[in-house]
Amino acid sequence: MEALSNKRKVMEAKPLTFLERIYLPAIFQGLAITMRHFFRKPVTIQYPEQTREYSENFRGLHSLKRDENGKERCTACGLCALSCPAEAITMTAAERQKGEEHLYREEKYAAVYEINMLRCIFCGLCEEACPKEAIYLDGPHVTSDYLRKDFIYGKDKLVEAPLNQ
Amino acid sequence: MELADIIIKFVLVVIIFAISLLIALYSTYAERKVAAFFQDRLGPNRAGPWGILQPFADGGKMFLKEEIIPASASKFLFIAGPSLSIFTACIGSAVIPWGQKLVIAGHTIDLQVTDINVGILYILGVVSLGVYGVMIGGWASNNKYSLLGAIRAASQNISYEISMGLAIIALLLVTGTLSLRQIAEQQHGFWAHGWFTWNFFKQPLGFLLFIVCAFAETNRTPFDLPECETELIGGYHTEYSSMKLGFYLFSEYINMFVSGAVMATLYFGGYNFPFMDMIHSPNLVAILGVVALFAKVFFFIFFFMWVRWTIPRFRYDQLMDLGWKALIPLAIANIVITGIVITFLNR
Ligand code: SF4
Ligand code: SF4
Repeated sequence: MEALSNKRKVMEAKPLTFLERIYLPAIFQGLAITMRHFFRKPVTIQYPEQTREYSENFRGLHSLKRDENGKERCTACGLCALSCPAEAITMTAAERQKGEEHLYREEKYAAVYEINMLRCIFCGLCEEACPKEAIYLDGPHVTSDYLRKDFIYGKDKLVEAPLNQ
Repeated sequence: MELADIIIKFVLVVIIFAISLLIALYSTYAERKVAAFFQDRLGPNRAGPWGILQPFADGGKMFLKEEIIPASASKFLFIAGPSLSIFTACIGSAVIPWGQKLVIAGHTIDLQVTDINVGILYILGVVSLGVYGVMIGGWASNNKYSLLGAIRAASQNISYEISMGLAIIALLLVTGTLSLRQIAEQQHGFWAHGWFTWNFFKQPLGFLLFIVCAFAETNRTPFDLPECETELIGGYHTEYSSMKLGFYLFSEYINMFVSGAVMATLYFGGYNFPFMDMIHSPNLVAILGVVALFAKVFFFIFFFMWVRWTIPRFRYDQLMDLGWKALIPLAIANIVITGIVITFLNR
């Protein structure tokens, strides 16, 4: 058979030579290698104090965006929930009342919007599905917690901070 | 023996015991740090500055963990195993000469608990007792993995004790004494009569055999088959929890310390260091000697760890091949060569 790449290496099971059989040269070689690593700079990132830089297209925690006037963009259309392969999103829609125009951009808004972070696989399909550019996965990663119920993130954790802050 | 002598001996025993425990405690920390450095990591660094309180946190955890004795285990032997293991680990240090004699206020203090004239035999005896702790523990657990671990420990220790004994016989041909104090005295300084005084330079092959066997006797990688997590879960200590497990782990580190001290005494001049004759205060020499011995011991402990994080574990048949087909013939050849050389030199 033709080789696909020239990376193929023919392996032979040769009997060990005397030097290989007494192990010692190989052991000293190994000891030298580990000793080189002993003086190398550790690669550890000491997490809570230092954080690793996220790549530009990292998909982390969701945030529900506001428009340029600080109004919530989400109109509770449910397309994100429908597109979600993990069925992580639930929401309850409500109608915007008089006097709430500065809070919500559309006449309908999400009164409750919850994502179960234990179900979410951070695929980003919700972001792609949203017609209102209301949800983006641009946050950090989701931190650990003690109880399952604490992984259901509501609007308090998802909605962007108001503009005037 | 006067009362003062008894008190001095007692204090010495307590100090050595405390030092052994402290070194074992910090060996666990050092092991984790050294492993981390070898793997380009940082190691424990949260408990106290640089993590130096980590061993106490570990120890506290060990004490507070629930004690579980399996229902089908033999309770007496289950407790006897780790106790015997740590007991034999601790008594090994009794014959090691830690330094030259100190003279304080007219009292001569011998920095050695007891100078028995068969010191090496005592060490060998203690080492072979050590395996009983492992065997009894593994047997009493009534668990197939523990039993396999115990069987491995027993056969491994028996195989490697032979070559260890043979390596020591070659050393005895050179030294002509079994007393560790005299062996240490013979290696005075570093250079005398146009040749190194340390036994390592007279017995390099013997030392190599001895250190390989020491690795096997202390169950350290590459000879840690009795615990061998990948095959036997935890080997002989699979069923152990809480401080009884702690005793097993602890005795491994004490064994490392003691075998480091034995190797330093037998082959690397013990408490002797180069240019010691240029210092004229005998007490200062004695104290520096203790420091030198501990430096050597720490190097050996580091070496044990260095090897552990470098070499993978042997397969069981390789272990037996190495012990019976390589080390024992080499050890016998070493005795013959040493005997011939000594005969020629004496003529
Ligand atoms: S990222 Fe994927 S899995 Fe997570 S909520 Fe959005 S669509 Fe669902
Ligand atoms: S986030 Fe977007 S897709 Fe989801 S309900 Fe709101 S507007 Fe619709």
